[in-house]
Amino acid sequence: MASYSTNEFRSGLKVIVDGDPCSIIENEFVKPGKGQAFNRVKIRNLKTGRVLDKTFKSGESLEAADVIDIEMQYLYSDGQFWHFMVPDNFEQYAADASAIGESHLWLKAQDNCQVTLYNGEPIGVTPPNFVELEITDTDPGLKGDTAQGGTKPATLETGAFIKVPLFLEIGELVRVDTRTGEYMSRAKK
Amino acid sequence: MQWEPSAALETIQKRAQIYQQIRAFFSARDLLEVDTPLLSQATNTDAQIVSIEALNQRQALFLQTSPEFAMKRLLAAGSGSIYQICHAFRGAESGRLHNIEFTLLEWYRVAYDYRALMDEVESLIDTLSDRSNSYRRVRYRDLFIEQANVDITGIRLSSLREKTGELVPGADTDDLDFDQCLDLLLSMVVAPRLKGYVFVYDYPVSQAALARVNATNPSVAERFELFHDGLELANGFSELTDAGLQRRRFENDNDLRAAKGLPRYPIDEHLLAALQTGMPDCAGVALGIDRLLMVILGLDSIDQAISFVDRETEYS
Repeated sequence: MASYSTNEFRSGLKVIVDGDPCSIIENEFVKPGKGQAFNRVKIRNLKTGRVLDKTFKSGESLEAADVIDIEMQYLYSDGQFWHFMVPDNFEQYAADASAIGESHLWLKAQDNCQVTLYNGEPIGVTPPNFVELEITDTDPGLKGDTAQGGTKPATLETGAFIKVPLFLEIGELVRVDTRTGEYMSRAKK
Repeated sequence: MQWEPSAALETIQKRAQIYQQIRAFFSARDLLEVDTPLLSQATNTDAQIVSIEALNQRQALFLQTSPEFAMKRLLAAGSGSIYQICHAFRGAESGRLHNIEFTLLEWYRVAYDYRALMDEVESLIDTLSDRSNSYRRVRYRDLFIEQANVDITGIRLSSLREKTGELVPGADTDDLDFDQCLDLLLSMVVAPRLKGYVFVYDYPVSQAALARVNATNPSVAERFELFHDGLELANGFSELTDAGLQRRRFENDNDLRAAKGLPRYPIDEHLLAALQTGMPDCAGVALGIDRLLMVILGLDSIDQAISFVDRETEYS
């Protein structure tokens, strides 16, 4: 397997740290003029999503991780696994609960998303930044109250809870930012 | 194709102004401006510094990592106090605060020691930054006690590794030697906490480089560094004038290089011959001009201080 030296560390590079596949976020070179050089590296563990700081002596190397992101279509969930398909070749992949994490809250059948494969197995799913989902439950809307800016809780068809403006009703479509879980706007059916 | 300079035109103008001020400053103090070769058959043996090789047909030469050796040969030849503005090269040093090619102002003061030279560094920085700054001076050992709660005198390597591991997140300190632990603490813990201009002096003798060992306290070398808000700007010594000691340090460096699997570098016999003949007692200092520009103009990266950088990642 290939490996990368500290001077090749770039944002987005996939490497193995302590046995787990990780993505490099930031790489900072530090060195006293006459002393040992180090690289202070910010890394995201692709399995847990946690960000950690690591310090390496400059010139040390890390094994490359066989990680690829593939655009797939979400098919369905059988309760235990979430199933995805590559549109080009109809290959199917099943992601378990730890791989899907919170992303299932934003996935609707037939929507496209990015599936991260490590050694051919899904370890992460990234939904599109914006999705349009139907409100399945919320308190009755207050007619005419469009300017006050108050909010109320709503349940979406995927099971996600978000805050929406008071005037929205059950059955309406809303556009949501999946990175923050925030309501963006009403969407047309 | 990104052909434009990485520095703003105002920065390039400021650099020109600083060069004029440096020349006026030293001219008024009767220092001689000198110009020594960038290429040499010998190079710095320091195991932490990578020399860049240049090929002349089949002859390997080195780009200087600093003008120190040649300037000391001038001192031994009777030049008197001298200064030089030049480029220096250090392989593999690339980042927001490092470029493999950078600009140094280096000067030597006959009959000065490192304390007198620190005074002159202050005057120069005040002149170039056009204000009267305040400067703090603190011993290396005291600074580590103050900022990291580590007393480096008498501490065992195992405790130092443990302390370093606690203070620096995500560092595997098991295979670091004593000085590597100190370097890591300095870069990650101590320097980032420094505010304003701070001279750190009396370095551990293991980090003497080309500095004289203190006569009353042989555990420290008469070496200082100047930091501004934790950014290392200058490194100075009361210079080692003993040819025999200097040869031993070069040989120790090369042994350390071999132990790390690095090539031994040719020792500068010209310098040793000059020291043998006799170099006057003096103190010398190298000041990074690109970083000084960063401080004076409030720039975020060395790229913004250099006209053109040539590497994959640019730091804006």
